[in-house]
Amino acid sequence: MTMVQTPPDAATTRGTRLARRAFVVRELGIAIALIVLVVVTFAVNPRFLSAQSIKDLLLGATILAILAIGQTVVVITRNVDLSVGSILGLAAFATGALFEASPGLPIPVMILVGLAFGAACGIVNGGLIAAARVPALVVTLGTLYVFRGLDYMWATGRQINAADMPAGFLKMGTATVAGVPVLTLFAVVVLVVVGYFLRNYRSGRELYAIGSDPAAARLSGIPTGRRVFAAFVVSGALAGLAGVLHAARFGTIDANVGLGDELNVVAAVVVGGVAIFGGSGSVYGAVLGAVLLTTIGAALPVLGINPFWQNAAVGALILAAIGLDRALSARVGRNLQERKAHV
Amino acid sequence: MSEATARMRRVIGSWDVIVLLAVVTIAVVGSLTIDGVSNPRFWRFVTLEAIPIVLIALPMTLIVITGEIDLSVASVLGLTCTVFGFLWESGVTSLPVLIAVSLLLGGALGAVNGLFITGFGLPSLAVTIGTLALYRGLAYVVLGDRAVASYPATWTGNAIKALPGTTIPWMILVAAALAVVFGAVLHATPVGRGLYAMGNNAEAARFTGIGVRATKFWLFVISGAMAALAGVFWTLRFASARADNGTGLELAVVAAVLLGGVSIFGGRGTLLGVLGALALLTVLRNALQLANVPANTLTIITGSLLIASVVGPNVAGMLRERLRRRRSTAPTASPST
Repeated sequence: MTMVQTPPDAATTRGTRLARRAFVVRELGIAIALIVLVVVTFAVNPRFLSAQSIKDLLLGATILAILAIGQTVVVITRNVDLSVGSILGLAAFATGALFEASPGLPIPVMILVGLAFGAACGIVNGGLIAAARVPALVVTLGTLYVFRGLDYMWATGRQINAADMPAGFLKMGTATVAGVPVLTLFAVVVLVVVGYFLRNYRSGRELYAIGSDPAAARLSGIPTGRRVFAAFVVSGALAGLAGVLHAARFGTIDANVGLGDELNVVAAVVVGGVAIFGGSGSVYGAVLGAVLLTTIGAALPVLGINPFWQNAAVGALILAAIGLDRALSARVGRNLQERKAHV
Repeated sequence: MSEATARMRRVIGSWDVIVLLAVVTIAVVGSLTIDGVSNPRFWRFVTLEAIPIVLIALPMTLIVITGEIDLSVASVLGLTCTVFGFLWESGVTSLPVLIAVSLLLGGALGAVNGLFITGFGLPSLAVTIGTLALYRGLAYVVLGDRAVASYPATWTGNAIKALPGTTIPWMILVAAALAVVFGAVLHATPVGRGLYAMGNNAEAARFTGIGVRATKFWLFVISGAMAALAGVFWTLRFASARADNGTGLELAVVAAVLLGGVSIFGGRGTLLGVLGALALLTVLRNALQLANVPANTLTIITGSLLIASVVGPNVAGMLRERLRRRRSTAPTASPST
């Protein structure tokens, strides 16, 4: 009510400004939570920020962050991709199997293969959802089982070990550049590219429009089917990339890689302030969410808290995040309404 | 329009029939071709496996019909198991007390879901993913990774005791009675019709005087209590309370509900279809296991069935729509003979 004195011509921009501020506040809240957690843990045990444990922390967050970026692209369109854990597992196993067959394969080729492999799975998802117009939750729950089943079938109880993979590839899994793991750099590149696309490209903005109101988006000429299809291909491709990185990091792969990851990813996205019913949120928030969830896992033992509390803390965090989000959006909505009433 | 809805109703109606026919076919073909399916012990295992899933699927069906979802059920089951075990270890030896406390706990956990969803107006998908992690986490807090397995042998014996003269465990009667109650409420009462109305259009339902919030709240409470009942059965059947009991069961239950013809958007589906889908998945899984079909094939079949169950009707509907449109644009082009 104190802001009523602004000149009337400024009122038109206030709506967008309010929305932008809400956007900033959302990401800022997660960032502050993350900083508080890190600072408190550091105060308890300074070794928490040693070069080695920072590296471990970043490595731990990398794969979840990449999955969360892909998931955000899908969730923004008011869909969900539950099959990412299975795609990751399948791509990780494909990486191992391919290296077994031809150990001389260059790493960039392997990464492209992983991306293509994941994209193929994404095409199955997106094709079913866009062409047959069936709900994403059902289709990706189905492909969660199908892809995992194919993984089991391919692996036949076998395990691929570090010895079966080229040393250079495994070295990439632990190498660092200026203290930052190489794998994390992949996540950073993906984050910057997808973040820029969602914010500045017409098709990126259209994803938000689809999520806000699918019917209105279609009526205004947005090719919703094609955009949603593309979102699932991106999500699949990134899950494929995550699978390759998983193989590089751990070196051991069986058919259970990525089992149950899907709900962690959705949790990271939700904690990161991406609305589960689409239309708002950013990949930056989702990545912060992924880093926060990983950091909690690493911080609890350092803080002397029984690690069994980790899951419970994650759950409480999700509830807090969506509660906060609701309070925030209610406030923005009220402010916008006030403005409308005023003009 | 009325023709279209009538046709749609026929398709939905026939989905139950298709699923039930599939169950019967599998049972008959299975007992003829797979050694052991005709054995009464096979049906005992199928029933034992189905009981907790049925208990959870009953309220889940109603919840999905209202357009919501409860992903926390398996975690409620796990938390109930560990609290049951913890209380037993701390000297509570009366089974009725343990059961009562478990059910109350389950109801309370469901009430937390309901409060967040109806009180604060938050999406149930996000809330119950949160409580999925929270309740499972609390289960680990209660028991860690230990198992409590020192119950009297008679408890397990009684829990899985067969009906006189058969091999079928008596608990199936409890599940069946509950199924009748849930089915009657859903299909034969104003409350049940209200659930469909909510699923089709929550706002319109509210304007017609249906207590949308209160109804949904109590559905989540009931869902929690039923998951707790399933947890008690789980603990007694395996004589083991562990924090990871029932992990991942939520997706199996949701898969059965959707395969049973319930729309994920709410407003459509029948309890009979869901029970049929549950029977289909359980019988198929066990029969194929007996036939030495590897578990991964079953996983693929489950997923494919789920996808087919939504893609099939949609594609059929789209084809029919296209046919109808073609007929209406050229009504006199080809006179019917």
